[in-house]
Amino acid sequence: MKLTGAEIIVKALEAEGVDVVFGYPGGAVLPLYDKLYDSPIRHILVRHEQGAAHAADGYARATGKPGVCIATSGPGATNLVTGIANAYMDSIPIVALTGQVPLPAIGRDSFQEADITGITLPIVKHSYLVRDVRQLAATIHAAFHIATTGRPGPVLIDLPKDITIAQAEFEYPPQLSFRSYSSAREYSPTQIYQAAKAIGESRKPVLYVGGGVISSGAAGELREFVEKTQIPVTTTLLGKGAFPETHPLSLGMLGMHGTKYANYAISYSDLIIAAGARFDDRVTSRLDTFAPHAQVIHIDIDPAEIGKNVRVHYPLTGDIKQVLKDLIPRVEVPQIKEWLQQVEQWKADFPLSYTKEEGVLKPQDVVEQIWEITKGEAVITTEVGQNQMWAAQYYKAIHPRTFISSGGLGTMGFGLPAAIGAQVGRPDAVVFDIAGDGSVQMTSQELATAVQFQLPINIAILNNRYLGMVRQWQELFHGKRYSQTDLVETPDFVKLAEAYGAVGIRVTRDEEMRPALERAIASPKPVVIDFVVAREENVFPMVPPGEPITKMLGG
Amino acid sequence: MRHVLAVLVENQPGVLTRVAGLFSRRGYNIESLAVGQTHEPSISRMTIVVDGDDRVIEQVVKQLDKLIDVIDVQDITDVEYVDRELILIKVNAKPSVRGEIMQIVDIFRARIVDIGQRTLIIECTGDEGKIRAIEKSLKPFGILELVRTGKIAMVRGPKYEEDQKEDAV
Ligand SMILES: Cc1ncc(C[n+]2csc(CCOP(=O)(O)OP(=O)(O)O)c2C)c(N)n1
Ligand SMILES: [Mg+2]
Repeated sequence: MKLTGAEIIVKALEAEGVDVVFGYPGGAVLPLYDKLYDSPIRHILVRHEQGAAHAADGYARATGKPGVCIATSGPGATNLVTGIANAYMDSIPIVALTGQVPLPAIGRDSFQEADITGITLPIVKHSYLVRDVRQLAATIHAAFHIATTGRPGPVLIDLPKDITIAQAEFEYPPQLSFRSYSSAREYSPTQIYQAAKAIGESRKPVLYVGGGVISSGAAGELREFVEKTQIPVTTTLLGKGAFPETHPLSLGMLGMHGTKYANYAISYSDLIIAAGARFDDRVTSRLDTFAPHAQVIHIDIDPAEIGKNVRVHYPLTGDIKQVLKDLIPRVEVPQIKEWLQQVEQWKADFPLSYTKEEGVLKPQDVVEQIWEITKGEAVITTEVGQNQMWAAQYYKAIHPRTFISSGGLGTMGFGLPAAIGAQVGRPDAVVFDIAGDGSVQMTSQELATAVQFQLPINIAILNNRYLGMVRQWQELFHGKRYSQTDLVETPDFVKLAEAYGAVGIRVTRDEEMRPALERAIASPKPVVIDFVVAREENVFPMVPPGEPITKMLGG
Repeated sequence: MRHVLAVLVENQPGVLTRVAGLFSRRGYNIESLAVGQTHEPSISRMTIVVDGDDRVIEQVVKQLDKLIDVIDVQDITDVEYVDRELILIKVNAKPSVRGEIMQIVDIFRARIVDIGQRTLIIECTGDEGKIRAIEKSLKPFGILELVRTGKIAMVRGPKYEEDQKEDAV
């Protein structure tokens, strides 16, 4: 039986196990929306396409399943761009479906035509412009395969309107033939043996764990590896949750705003076991002074990450879960008693700290309260800036997929729509967006989405009425010249929440914190809590740009 | 150092853009790029000459390999290969110097493919050294236009990828 292109898309999505999509309609996707109308697939109508991409991203991070977003041609598609770039930088599997003008109209500057495959070329894992309806099913199947295998990432499918109307036979799943795509080059038994030996011989080893461990589903294996070897673990921002930060061997996050003890440990280590992390500049700062005494074992599914930023002595290219499975039985337990004592000493000497002041709300305190009240069992999303770093420092993530933050791109406005996606994917979870007053205004229209779909997300705004992180840099490195960082006029977030039909709560004093959080968690509606915090609080420790990561300010 | 890459790609719209885009996005320097269909019509082959140290080249190869439409990448710099380039040169050629130019053309085993009133178009194929030399020899007459294809290259002996694969097993 022949189906229209739009029917094929819907059927293919269903066959791929998609039960929810995030999108926004328009002329070029009318036929598709007409078919979605009859489909059991749930459609979350966002209020800006950027929100759809971020929500799909948040959904993917919270569930491990690919997120799907839909936008119309032209401005709809270009509105997705930031969200696609965000997913690309953090290796998150999303599939973006964009409408396009009909094939014969392409290239003529037609109404709402934008070359979205061209625009997104450097920020997708792959993309397609479908030119033949008979290729449509295979294209969708390939897109999901590519997005979710190997190093995950966003795939875009551009769908000319006439393709969605034309008809073809539908068979699913179609035969996939990739001449050119294999998800991983494999490591050899010798490489495993050599890495295992290096670990056994090390005296000051550190595990440096990134988002790859989470996307590989390797948290269990990592735990096993650590229990056996007793090697301390530091995680990147995206690695939070890969290893419980409540564990005695956890060093928390490393890097620019990492803990002092994590930065010391990696700097003085003789062996770094990097797993699913990419030696990003926010972690290493100056490369020439980074971990000068360490040999490096690098486990990553992406061969191009090996040796990209630092010299790797023991490459293990492959799926981390499998690599760890192979490594665990062969690894020799290293003699690291003294090293662990040293690490313990650093932890005791340089804990994360901030000072409480009478009558002033401290943002760190807010984050700690959120952690305590949820016992670390919530799903956290963050915005970008100081709020994000305080969340990373003081919310001790316990489980994978419960700490969701825009790492690579650093996208203000990510947290709220990501929280929507996470709540859709995990309806029973308590979801908090730890937000900044600046960031949240970039996508606050999505409050309407949360209200419409009865998603009880909680948005905790650490309101300093500043673009705080930028202000901090101006304070420290630009002589306190606060150029364009004082937001002066910030909306009344309580009224804003209420205007959307959400609950708004303002907190100005310590003792109001807990009741407000309890009320928010109990509320079946979305809640915005406006925490009016110390305006000029800084995030410490901090590695000044261009310094080695042992040179930390404050804390 | 300059490296020569032999790249097999799916013969599909947009492939060239993806490859070129990768080079510009990651800041690699393409010196030349030649592309055309192979004996298998669904596959095209690119010869890319790129400048960079070993680490850069390793990244170029790995990043190229990650593109879905790239089937195979070989750095053939250090193996024995044949390389050729085609160049067309339009030179000033008033009757008094034509004899001299024709001698040069002979020496390089090039060809004259067009004769105008005061110009000649010369076609020459060869490896890089030869192409450079003929260009230099014709310069004194006044080069009016010049177009070259960029290098294409092929490894000598048996099919290179198959050779490599056997090695790996
Ligand atoms: C879309 C976008 N624009 C600009 C920036 C640069 N930037 C990084 S942090 C920051 C300030 C964020 O302010 P706010 O959300 O209030 O967070 P705070 O640092 O005050 O906690 C800015 C402007 C960014 N990361 N993203
Ligand atoms: Mg702020």
